[in-house]
Amino acid sequence: MDLENIKYFKGKKPTRRKFLRGALLAGGSVAASSVAATHALASSGADPAIVDKQPWDTRFGAGVDAAPYGLPSPYEVAVQRRNVPWLTADTVSSINFTPLHQLDGIITPNGLCFERHHSGVAEIDPAKYRLMINGLVERELVFTLEDLMRFPRENHVYFLECVANSGMEWNGAQMNGVQFTHGMIHNVMYTGVPLRLILEEAGIKTNASWLLVEGADAAGMTRSLPMEKALDDCLVAFKMNGEALRAEQGYPVRLVVPGWEGNMWIKWLRRIEVGDRPWHHREETSRYTDLMADGRARRFTWELDAKSVITNPSPQAPLTHGRGQTVLNGVAWSGRGTIARVDVSLDGGINWHTARLSGPSLDKSMHRFYFEFDWDGSDLLLQSRAIDSTGYVQPTKDALRAIRGKNSVYHNNGIQTWLVNPDGGVENVEVS
Amino acid sequence: MTRLARVSFAFLGVVAGTGFVAGAYAGSAGYGLGRLAHGEEIAAWNTDVRADGQGLPAGSGSVLRGEEIYFESCASCHGDFGEAVGRFPALAGGEGSLSDEDPVKTVGSYWPYLTGVFDYIGRTMPYGDARSFSSDDLYAITAYILYLNDLVDEDYMLSAQNFLENSLPNEGNFFLDDRAITELPLFSGEPCMRACKEGVEITSRAELLDITPGTN
Repeated sequence: MDLENIKYFKGKKPTRRKFLRGALLAGGSVAASSVAATHALASSGADPAIVDKQPWDTRFGAGVDAAPYGLPSPYEVAVQRRNVPWLTADTVSSINFTPLHQLDGIITPNGLCFERHHSGVAEIDPAKYRLMINGLVERELVFTLEDLMRFPRENHVYFLECVANSGMEWNGAQMNGVQFTHGMIHNVMYTGVPLRLILEEAGIKTNASWLLVEGADAAGMTRSLPMEKALDDCLVAFKMNGEALRAEQGYPVRLVVPGWEGNMWIKWLRRIEVGDRPWHHREETSRYTDLMADGRARRFTWELDAKSVITNPSPQAPLTHGRGQTVLNGVAWSGRGTIARVDVSLDGGINWHTARLSGPSLDKSMHRFYFEFDWDGSDLLLQSRAIDSTGYVQPTKDALRAIRGKNSVYHNNGIQTWLVNPDGGVENVEVS
Repeated sequence: MTRLARVSFAFLGVVAGTGFVAGAYAGSAGYGLGRLAHGEEIAAWNTDVRADGQGLPAGSGSVLRGEEIYFESCASCHGDFGEAVGRFPALAGGEGSLSDEDPVKTVGSYWPYLTGVFDYIGRTMPYGDARSFSSDDLYAITAYILYLNDLVDEDYMLSAQNFLENSLPNEGNFFLDDRAITELPLFSGEPCMRACKEGVEITSRAELLDITPGTN
């Protein structure tokens, strides 16, 4: 039903599988064909991938319009969002995960952005879309989609992280894959109208200090949003990465709340009520509050602390090339600004090296980092540590547990450790 | 805008033959986009209930009536006694468990405000048939959940009038985000780069749990 119990595995375990083998098979063509090529080269001296004619260099390929909306190469079929069946009672109130280990750069393709629904995907006819603003305003207004697109609009790249991301790892290393430990995140360029302009259109009254933002899905998702944030950088967005929002991301209109927990980014946004105090609805009381070890709970923990993870190698993306030149690759983000620096460790945090950031460094956006090194084939304990523009340094999981205990479910931004074995297989571990 | 002004604007709209409120409002500082909301439209969507009771509809419902509705519409997921079926949420029990290794968060043990329960059931339940309970149904179900948590007797009747008399036991145990004080000073400053600890031991391995889905 929800993510509250994600630190506990309950129920039947899947059958044991050799994870490295599974990952190699899933990686499919790349690993298998490089092995084959090496073998063929050894026996004949020439690479058949070069000396043999291939279908694609002798015959016509598909013409234009074969796929009016293009899809990835069929060889990329293993690149998919995946869920964890034992985690939730029902897929309509569940989550799946972005395949971080199969992506690069900073932008998440629309079809791979993780999904989190509370009553399934609302399929809204844009002609019937309405946004209402009511409450403490001078004019209670209704907008159509066309109305919204007549406001001045802006483009911004922001990460959206579900605050339960890594929630399964509070009690120790649980999930053997970066998709499952860190995949409740995506990073997208939004086009939308500053929420401030819509509030100004309605005219907020002087005693207005909070908003209730509400979705049109069958969960009627609601959150209370402080006015200060609403007037700062929130967007009422209708495009992601240039095209209309995907239905599962809130088509036709979603709220964008940069740097703050994903649950507040109301999808299928249909109503904004202006008020003078918070509503204390279910998703900000019973859920999305952080239980401390003493039984008390933090509320209104909106901002996402700086976090990073190495996406490659990782358990779903083992090292298949053996010793020698190796690329370590990962992502970092902060709800409080940009990422100033990422350090990586190959020895479980004894020594650190500053990684190379590449690509745009944008406020409250994912950043991409790389670290290239010569692997000698011995065990590695890989870690990454983000430092953001406020000087915040990503802590260890143990440092977080010392303050919060193990039952806070949300806001686990602790340092992740991957054990790389000499055979190139990778495991999710924790270290002292 | 006052309610009276809204109604008269709506009246003009109907007269103009649009069926809804016609045209753009005479905008002051804005872009003149959108139109004034019809009172009936606001009533249809403005159904939220706030922690101070704003939005509670007229109506009432008893524990006994709530039990009938609960067994018909709720028990298959939440269990006969609110104990939950499978991974659906428990509604009752868990008192005193919040500092345990396995805390059980329910209406009685964790939720701070009963208004949140009423609002949530009204907007999203019954599961798969949202917004189908009447106001009286919602009071009755909420009363029954109080009863399941030993917070009212079986002859209790919950209504708009007595709703706010029902505070929940855990209300006082929430506090505002204090990371700026308790965490940010600890998690800042130039971090160690060389020989930061004597050695490293593996303390936890996901492989031993083996609960990760396959990726084939």
